[in-house]
Amino acid sequence: MLRYIAKRILIAIPTILIVSVLVFTLQQLLPGDPVLTLAGEERDPQVLAFLREKYRLDDPIPVQYFAWISQVLQGNLGISLRTDIPVLTLILGKLPVTIELAIFAMMVALVIGIPAGILSAVRKGTSVDYAANVVALSGLSIPNFWLGILLIMLVSVRWKLLPASGFVPPSEDLWLNIKTMIMPAFVLGTGLAASLMRHTRSAMLGVLRSDYIRTARAKGLLGRVVIMKHALRNALVPIITLSTLLFGELLAGAVLTEQIFTIPGFGKLIVDAVFNRDYAVVQGVVLCTAVGFILMNLLADVLYVLANPRLRHAR
Amino acid sequence: MTIAITEDLALPKKRNRVLAKFLKNRSALFGAVIVLFFVTIALMAPLVAPFDPVKPSFMTIRKPPSAIFWFGTDELGRDVFSRMVWGARASLSAGVVSVAIAVLLGVPFGLVSGYFGGWIDAAISRSTDAMLAIPFLIFAIALAAFLGPSLTNAMIAIGLSAMPIFIRLTRGQVLSVKAEDYVEGARAIGLPDFWILLRYILPNVIPPILVQATLTIASAIIAEASLSFLGLGQQPPNPSWGSMLNTAKNFMEQAPWMSFFPGSAIFLIVLGFNLLGDGLRDALDPREN
Repeated sequence: MLRYIAKRILIAIPTILIVSVLVFTLQQLLPGDPVLTLAGEERDPQVLAFLREKYRLDDPIPVQYFAWISQVLQGNLGISLRTDIPVLTLILGKLPVTIELAIFAMMVALVIGIPAGILSAVRKGTSVDYAANVVALSGLSIPNFWLGILLIMLVSVRWKLLPASGFVPPSEDLWLNIKTMIMPAFVLGTGLAASLMRHTRSAMLGVLRSDYIRTARAKGLLGRVVIMKHALRNALVPIITLSTLLFGELLAGAVLTEQIFTIPGFGKLIVDAVFNRDYAVVQGVVLCTAVGFILMNLLADVLYVLANPRLRHAR
Repeated sequence: MTIAITEDLALPKKRNRVLAKFLKNRSALFGAVIVLFFVTIALMAPLVAPFDPVKPSFMTIRKPPSAIFWFGTDELGRDVFSRMVWGARASLSAGVVSVAIAVLLGVPFGLVSGYFGGWIDAAISRSTDAMLAIPFLIFAIALAAFLGPSLTNAMIAIGLSAMPIFIRLTRGQVLSVKAEDYVEGARAIGLPDFWILLRYILPNVIPPILVQATLTIASAIIAEASLSFLGLGQQPPNPSWGSMLNTAKNFMEQAPWMSFFPGSAIFLIVLGFNLLGDGLRDALDPREN
């Protein structure tokens, strides 16, 4: 198994390197002279010359890339043009907020998605199954930013039950922190819940058709025991790995959710950076997201092997 | 000769079976009707829209839905219904054009990668993994940010972000098809690789790509709406459903209709494409027989 994990890590390295090339290439897409874009309103020739030298823009592109990647490998993702704060510091400062939102959203997704998937599979072909499928497909089709707007209109504006926007750190006021997170977590979690529901349903249907389930039923075990103890355990294996793979969707969804609910997280950081033309921050966020996603993939592979005894003992 | 005749007879039969299966699937038909409805509206926008979608009218600012303004008016007094009709063009074309970009670039890469294998396959596969590692929307946002905000750039950004899905799908299909006897046969009689790819492999790859393309149009429409919502897609005063929602979020309390109708339209069209895609998948899947 260790060999398998080592192999996966070795495959991840070139992928991360190619991601870094892609992220670096983004800068080359800037229309016109990149120095003018980087300098913003500033047109002083001395400043332009300074920036040109700082970013080594007169060097050939491969040289620029190696200069950039050697800095990145030392943990230097550049300096934000707007705030003069190192990009890594900015990202690390915003990350806990997004991680909290992601954890809440994942809880929503698991609480709704898995039971709905089980129910739908067990009651296949009934109105419950049909209703669960309609709800799941609707969850996949509804744009989460619109769902956010609708919820704010109803829950905050009309019913005045929860705050419409903003973020309070849990260290400051835990209850208010939870109240501000409920709606964003629901908005972010519904799409994932729909995905999880569909996957749980199909995994459960596959397992429920297998011989050992028929045997368990033939032995006279209670239906509930067969489903919860025998079927769900095996159906959960691919679902665990899927949950880690949904990390990418969570981060992408967080961009819009944080924008609607004015949550100062990772997603809002990239959007603000886009509008401030703070390209170093955009590159930093994309690079960190991709590396995070690759690591989550690695974790998914390891979890899959750990959860599946046949793979665990395979050479 | 006999084989050719049998194939000619078998193909229309298979097509009919797929069509019959598709027509039997009520939810797929419902999806097709929704898509057709919006496509018709988008094509006939000049005839359907009762008002100018971009001209402000300061006498009719934020009027609620009425007999004159079916979906109400916006913050500049423009008819929301007319803007939605014209916005359908932006949203649908964004969905179709970006998926066309993804397919036209992704399928050839996938064909080459799967067919030739070796270092070409390794290089393409690792690059695909790298692109897939960046979440779809974040990649599209970054690309749109560097290319500059506009509907065209949003389409390019979404198309490039969706491309790796098609590379991977095509590669996987090619790997299974190229082991078939008829491909081996074509190779044995010395047909050129390009011809084998085009004549023998591509036709077998098309059905799953068609299904994926339909489902990706749904994601692309949401992505365009998301980019426009963030101000990186369609630019004012031109309408798109996402940009309408972007403005509407500032008037949630005073004019809820401004967000309700464009949001519903996005939801319906995405639902339509999802139903259509699911229906096509079921109809084309031989295991569903």
